Amino acid sequence: MLELLPTGAPALPLDEAGKYVAGAYVVFLVLIVVYVAIMAAKLQRIESELRELAGFAEHRANRDQAL
Amino acid sequence: MYGNGLKPLSIATVATLALSLSLVFFYAPLDADQGFIQKIFYLHVPLAITALIGFVIGGVFAILHLRSGDSRWDAYSYVSIHMSVIFGVAVLITGAIWAKASWGHWWVWDEPTLVSFLIVFLMYATYYPFRYAIEDRDRQARYASVFAITAGAFVPLNFMAVRMAESLVHPRTFATAEGGLPAEMMLTFLVSLVAMGLLWTTLVKFELTAKSASGQLKRLRRALDAPSSGGASRVAPEVS
Repeated sequence: MLELLPTGAPALPLDEAGKYVAGAYVVFLVLIVVYVAIMAAKLQRIESELRELAGFAEHRANRDQAL
Repeated sequence: MYGNGLKPLSIATVATLALSLSLVFFYAPLDADQGFIQKIFYLHVPLAITALIGFVIGGVFAILHLRSGDSRWDAYSYVSIHMSVIFGVAVLITGAIWAKASWGHWWVWDEPTLVSFLIVFLMYATYYPFRYAIEDRDRQARYASVFAITAGAFVPLNFMAVRMAESLVHPRTFATAEGGLPAEMMLTFLVSLVAMGLLWTTLVKFELTAKSASGQLKRLRRALDAPSSGGASRVAPEVS
Protein backbone atom coordinates (compact mmCIF):
# COMPACT_ATOMS: atom_id res chain seq x y z
CA MET A 1 0.00 0.00 0.00
CA LEU A 2 2.77 2.46 0.95
CA GLU A 3 4.41 2.05 -2.46
CA LEU A 4 1.18 3.22 -4.08
CA LEU A 5 1.21 6.54 -2.25
CA PRO A 6 2.28 9.47 -4.43
CA THR A 7 5.00 10.64 -2.00
CA GLY A 8 7.03 12.21 -4.74
CA ALA A 9 4.03 13.63 -6.57
CA PRO A 10 4.12 17.28 -7.66
CA ALA A 11 2.39 19.82 -5.42
CA LEU A 12 -1.33 20.41 -5.90
CA PRO A 13 -2.21 23.60 -7.80
CA LEU A 14 -3.06 26.51 -5.48
CA ASP A 15 -6.80 26.53 -6.29
CA GLU A 16 -7.09 22.86 -5.35
CA ALA A 17 -4.72 22.96 -2.35
CA GLY A 18 -6.50 26.05 -0.99
CA LYS A 19 -9.70 24.04 -0.44
CA TYR A 20 -7.89 21.51 1.73
CA VAL A 21 -5.93 24.11 3.70
CA ALA A 22 -9.09 26.15 4.28
CA GLY A 23 -10.92 22.96 5.29
CA ALA A 24 -8.29 22.06 7.91
CA TYR A 25 -8.25 25.57 9.44
CA VAL A 26 -12.06 25.79 9.38
CA VAL A 27 -12.32 22.44 11.23
CA PHE A 28 -10.01 23.83 13.92
CA LEU A 29 -12.03 27.05 14.15
CA VAL A 30 -15.35 25.16 14.33
CA LEU A 31 -14.05 22.96 17.15
CA ILE A 32 -12.98 26.03 19.13
CA VAL A 33 -16.32 27.78 18.51
CA VAL A 34 -18.29 24.66 19.55
CA TYR A 35 -16.20 24.40 22.71
CA VAL A 36 -16.74 28.08 23.55
CA ALA A 37 -20.49 27.68 22.89
CA ILE A 38 -20.64 24.72 25.31
CA MET A 39 -18.73 26.74 27.92
CA ALA A 40 -21.12 29.67 27.37
CA ALA A 41 -24.10 27.37 27.99
CA LYS A 42 -22.45 26.16 31.22
CA LEU A 43 -21.82 29.75 32.30
CA GLN A 44 -25.46 30.61 31.60
CA ARG A 45 -26.59 27.69 33.76
CA ILE A 46 -24.28 28.77 36.60
CA GLU A 47 -25.60 32.33 36.35
CA SER A 48 -29.24 31.22 36.48
CA GLU A 49 -28.50 28.95 39.48
CA LEU A 50 -26.73 31.84 41.21
CA ARG A 51 -29.73 34.10 40.56
CA GLU A 52 -32.06 31.44 41.93
CA LEU A 53 -29.90 31.06 45.06
CA ALA A 54 -29.73 34.83 45.58
CA GLY A 55 -33.54 34.96 45.36
CA PHE A 56 -33.80 32.09 47.83
CA ALA A 57 -31.40 33.81 50.28
CA GLU A 58 -33.28 37.14 50.01
CA HIS A 59 -36.62 35.40 50.50
CA ARG A 60 -35.29 33.67 53.62
CA ALA A 61 -33.80 36.90 55.01
CA ASN A 62 -37.14 38.73 54.52
CA ARG A 63 -39.02 35.87 56.16
CA ASP A 64 -36.63 35.90 59.17
CA GLN A 65 -37.06 39.68 59.52
CA ALA A 66 -40.85 39.35 59.45
CA LEU A 67 -40.69 36.77 62.25
CA MET B 1 -8.75 31.16 42.34
CA TYR B 2 -8.63 29.27 39.03
CA GLY B 3 -9.66 32.41 37.17
CA ASN B 4 -6.52 34.28 38.31
CA GLY B 5 -4.50 35.35 35.30
CA LEU B 6 -7.09 34.05 32.85
CA LYS B 7 -7.53 37.44 31.17
CA PRO B 8 -3.82 38.09 30.34
CA LEU B 9 -3.45 34.44 29.37
CA SER B 10 -6.41 34.70 26.97
CA ILE B 11 -5.00 37.91 25.45
CA ALA B 12 -1.57 36.27 25.04
CA THR B 13 -3.21 33.25 23.40
CA VAL B 14 -5.20 35.32 20.90
CA ALA B 15 -2.14 37.48 20.09
CA THR B 16 0.12 34.44 19.59
CA LEU B 17 -2.49 32.66 17.47
CA ALA B 18 -2.87 35.77 15.30
CA LEU B 19 0.93 36.04 14.98
CA SER B 20 1.22 32.36 14.11
CA LEU B 21 -1.48 32.61 11.39
CA SER B 22 0.23 35.69 9.96
CA LEU B 23 3.56 33.88 9.83
CA VAL B 24 1.98 30.78 8.28
CA PHE B 25 0.31 32.65 5.42
CA PHE B 26 2.56 35.69 4.88
CA TYR B 27 6.06 34.74 6.05
CA ALA B 28 6.76 31.01 5.77
CA PRO B 29 7.89 30.05 2.25
CA LEU B 30 6.00 27.53 0.16
CA ASP B 31 7.31 23.99 0.50
CA ALA B 32 9.21 22.84 -2.59
CA ASP B 33 7.53 19.40 -2.64
CA GLN B 34 4.04 19.97 -1.27
CA GLY B 35 3.43 23.62 -2.12
CA PHE B 36 0.53 25.39 -0.41
CA ILE B 37 -0.92 22.19 1.11
CA GLN B 38 2.07 22.09 3.52
CA LYS B 39 0.44 25.03 5.42
CA ILE B 40 -1.62 22.37 7.22
CA PHE B 41 1.63 21.26 8.87
CA TYR B 42 1.66 24.41 11.07
CA LEU B 43 -1.77 23.47 12.45
CA HIS B 44 -1.69 19.69 12.49
CA VAL B 45 1.75 19.06 14.07
CA PRO B 46 1.49 21.61 16.94
CA LEU B 47 -2.00 20.25 17.70
CA ALA B 48 -0.61 16.68 17.83
CA ILE B 49 2.39 17.61 20.00
CA THR B 50 0.19 19.62 22.39
CA ALA B 51 -2.36 16.80 22.64
CA LEU B 52 0.33 14.20 23.41
CA ILE B 53 2.07 16.42 25.98
CA GLY B 54 -1.36 17.14 27.49
CA PHE B 55 -1.95 13.40 27.96
CA VAL B 56 1.41 13.09 29.74
CA ILE B 57 0.60 16.14 31.91
CA GLY B 58 -2.70 14.43 32.82
CA GLY B 59 -0.64 11.45 34.01
CA VAL B 60 1.65 13.70 36.09
CA PHE B 61 -1.37 15.30 37.79
CA ALA B 62 -2.73 11.81 38.43
CA ILE B 63 0.54 10.87 40.20
CA LEU B 64 0.17 13.99 42.37
CA HIS B 65 -3.42 12.97 43.13
CA LEU B 66 -2.46 9.46 44.20
CA ARG B 67 0.43 10.78 46.32
CA SER B 68 -1.54 13.50 48.09
CA GLY B 69 -5.14 12.30 47.89
CA ASP B 70 -6.10 15.90 47.00
CA SER B 71 -9.09 15.86 44.63
CA ARG B 72 -7.87 19.07 42.96
CA TRP B 73 -5.14 17.08 41.19
CA ASP B 74 -7.75 14.63 39.95
CA ALA B 75 -9.68 17.55 38.48
CA TYR B 76 -6.50 18.86 36.82
CA SER B 77 -5.81 15.40 35.41
CA TYR B 78 -9.38 15.02 34.14
CA VAL B 79 -9.43 18.45 32.48
CA SER B 80 -5.97 17.93 30.90
CA ILE B 81 -7.06 14.63 29.37
CA HIS B 82 -10.41 16.09 28.32
CA MET B 83 -8.73 18.98 26.52
CA SER B 84 -6.18 16.69 24.86
CA VAL B 85 -8.98 14.44 23.57
CA ILE B 86 -10.60 17.51 21.95
CA PHE B 87 -7.22 18.44 20.44
CA GLY B 88 -6.89 14.80 19.35
CA VAL B 89 -10.12 15.05 17.37
CA ALA B 90 -8.69 18.10 15.59
CA VAL B 91 -5.43 16.22 14.91
CA LEU B 92 -7.26 13.28 13.33
CA ILE B 93 -9.48 15.46 11.14
CA THR B 94 -6.72 17.85 9.98
CA GLY B 95 -4.40 14.88 9.41
CA ALA B 96 -7.02 13.13 7.28
CA ILE B 97 -7.50 16.29 5.19
CA TRP B 98 -3.73 16.62 4.69
CA ALA B 99 -3.41 12.92 3.81
CA LYS B 100 -6.19 13.19 1.23
CA ALA B 101 -4.52 16.20 -0.40
CA SER B 102 -0.97 14.76 -0.29
CA TRP B 103 -1.46 11.04 -0.74
CA GLY B 104 -4.95 10.83 -2.24
CA HIS B 105 -6.23 8.78 0.73
CA TRP B 106 -8.06 9.96 3.85
CA TRP B 107 -6.34 7.30 5.94
CA VAL B 108 -3.46 4.83 5.49
CA TRP B 109 -3.62 1.82 7.78
CA ASP B 110 0.01 0.70 7.40
CA GLU B 111 1.53 4.06 8.32
CA PRO B 112 2.80 3.74 11.96
CA THR B 113 2.47 7.43 12.89
CA LEU B 114 -1.21 7.61 11.95
CA VAL B 115 -2.21 4.30 13.48
CA SER B 116 -0.26 4.89 16.69
CA PHE B 117 -1.93 8.27 17.22
CA LEU B 118 -5.33 6.65 16.60
CA ILE B 119 -4.50 3.97 19.20
CA VAL B 120 -3.54 6.62 21.77
CA PHE B 121 -6.70 8.61 20.97
CA LEU B 122 -8.98 5.57 21.25
CA MET B 123 -7.29 4.55 24.49
CA TYR B 124 -8.08 7.96 25.99
CA ALA B 125 -11.60 7.86 24.54
CA THR B 126 -12.23 4.93 26.91
CA TYR B 127 -11.28 7.18 29.88
CA TYR B 128 -14.80 8.67 29.99
CA PRO B 129 -16.87 5.44 30.08
CA PHE B 130 -14.28 3.97 32.47
CA ARG B 131 -14.70 6.91 34.84
CA TYR B 132 -18.46 7.08 34.34
CA ALA B 133 -18.86 3.37 35.20
CA ILE B 134 -17.71 3.95 38.81
CA GLU B 135 -20.30 5.50 41.14
CA ASP B 136 -18.20 6.16 44.23
CA ARG B 137 -16.32 9.46 43.75
CA ASP B 138 -13.17 8.47 45.66
CA ARG B 139 -12.82 5.15 43.87
CA GLN B 140 -13.63 6.87 40.57
CA ALA B 141 -10.82 9.39 41.13
CA ARG B 142 -8.31 6.72 42.21
CA TYR B 143 -9.04 4.37 39.31
CA ALA B 144 -9.06 7.25 36.82
CA SER B 145 -5.64 8.33 38.15
CA VAL B 146 -4.23 4.83 37.69
CA PHE B 147 -5.60 4.86 34.14
CA ALA B 148 -4.12 8.32 33.46
CA ILE B 149 -0.66 7.27 34.75
CA THR B 150 -0.60 4.01 32.76
CA ALA B 151 -1.84 5.66 29.58
CA GLY B 152 0.43 8.69 30.11
CA ALA B 153 3.46 6.38 30.34
CA PHE B 154 2.35 4.65 27.14
CA VAL B 155 2.42 7.92 25.15
CA PRO B 156 6.23 8.51 25.10
CA LEU B 157 6.89 4.77 24.68
CA ASN B 158 4.55 4.72 21.72
CA PHE B 159 6.22 7.83 20.28
CA MET B 160 9.68 6.26 20.55
CA ALA B 161 8.46 2.99 19.00
CA VAL B 162 7.08 4.88 16.01
CA ARG B 163 10.33 6.86 15.58
CA MET B 164 12.20 3.56 15.45
CA ALA B 165 9.85 2.10 12.83
CA GLU B 166 11.62 1.58 9.52
CA SER B 167 9.19 2.41 6.73
CA LEU B 168 7.64 5.84 7.04
CA VAL B 169 5.73 7.94 4.59
CA HIS B 170 4.67 10.42 7.28
CA PRO B 171 7.29 13.23 7.38
CA ARG B 172 9.54 13.69 10.46
CA THR B 173 9.20 17.18 11.88
CA PHE B 174 12.72 17.53 13.22
CA ALA B 175 14.45 15.17 10.81
CA THR B 176 18.00 16.33 10.33
CA ALA B 177 19.09 13.69 7.83
CA GLU B 178 17.70 15.76 4.96
CA GLY B 179 18.62 19.06 6.51
CA GLY B 180 15.49 19.64 8.62
CA LEU B 181 13.28 22.73 8.31
CA PRO B 182 14.55 26.02 6.84
CA ALA B 183 14.84 28.86 9.42
CA GLU B 184 11.61 30.65 8.36
CA MET B 185 9.60 27.45 8.51
CA MET B 186 11.12 26.49 11.86
CA LEU B 187 10.31 29.91 13.36
CA THR B 188 6.73 29.70 12.09
CA PHE B 189 6.40 26.19 13.42
CA LEU B 190 7.75 27.15 16.87
CA VAL B 191 5.40 30.15 17.13
CA SER B 192 2.49 27.89 16.12
CA LEU B 193 3.57 25.37 18.77
CA VAL B 194 3.69 28.08 21.46
CA ALA B 195 0.28 29.37 20.32
CA MET B 196 -1.23 25.89 20.53
CA GLY B 197 0.32 25.32 23.96
CA LEU B 198 -1.10 28.62 25.18
CA LEU B 199 -4.52 27.74 23.75
CA TRP B 200 -4.46 24.39 25.54
CA THR B 201 -3.45 26.05 28.84
CA THR B 202 -6.11 28.75 28.50
CA LEU B 203 -8.87 26.27 27.75
CA VAL B 204 -7.77 24.03 30.66
CA LYS B 205 -7.84 27.05 32.98
CA PHE B 206 -11.20 28.13 31.54
CA GLU B 207 -12.68 24.68 32.18
CA LEU B 208 -11.24 24.50 35.71
CA THR B 209 -12.68 27.96 36.50
CA ALA B 210 -16.12 26.84 35.29
CA LYS B 211 -15.87 23.66 37.39
CA SER B 212 -14.75 25.67 40.40
CA ALA B 213 -17.70 28.09 40.01
CA SER B 214 -20.05 25.12 39.76
CA GLY B 215 -18.50 23.53 42.88
CA GLN B 216 -18.74 26.79 44.86
CA LEU B 217 -22.38 27.08 43.83
CA LYS B 218 -23.10 23.62 45.21
CA ARG B 219 -21.36 24.55 48.46
CA LEU B 220 -23.46 27.70 48.68
CA ARG B 221 -26.61 25.70 48.02
CA ARG B 222 -25.72 23.27 50.79
CA ALA B 223 -24.87 26.13 53.19
CA LEU B 224 -28.21 27.83 52.48
CA ASP B 225 -29.91 24.46 52.64
CA ALA B 226 -31.61 25.31 49.37
CA PRO B 227 -33.33 22.66 47.23
CA SER B 228 -31.13 21.37 44.41
CA SER B 229 -32.20 22.31 40.89
CA GLY B 230 -29.94 19.89 39.02
CA GLY B 231 -28.25 16.53 39.52
CA ALA B 232 -24.54 16.31 40.26
CA SER B 233 -22.30 15.16 37.44
CA ARG B 234 -21.06 11.60 37.90
CA VAL B 235 -18.34 11.95 35.33
CA ALA B 236 -16.60 15.23 35.96
CA PRO B 237 -14.79 15.71 39.25
CA GLU B 238 -15.84 18.69 41.32
CA VAL B 239 -13.48 21.50 42.16
CA SER B 240 -14.10 23.58 45.24
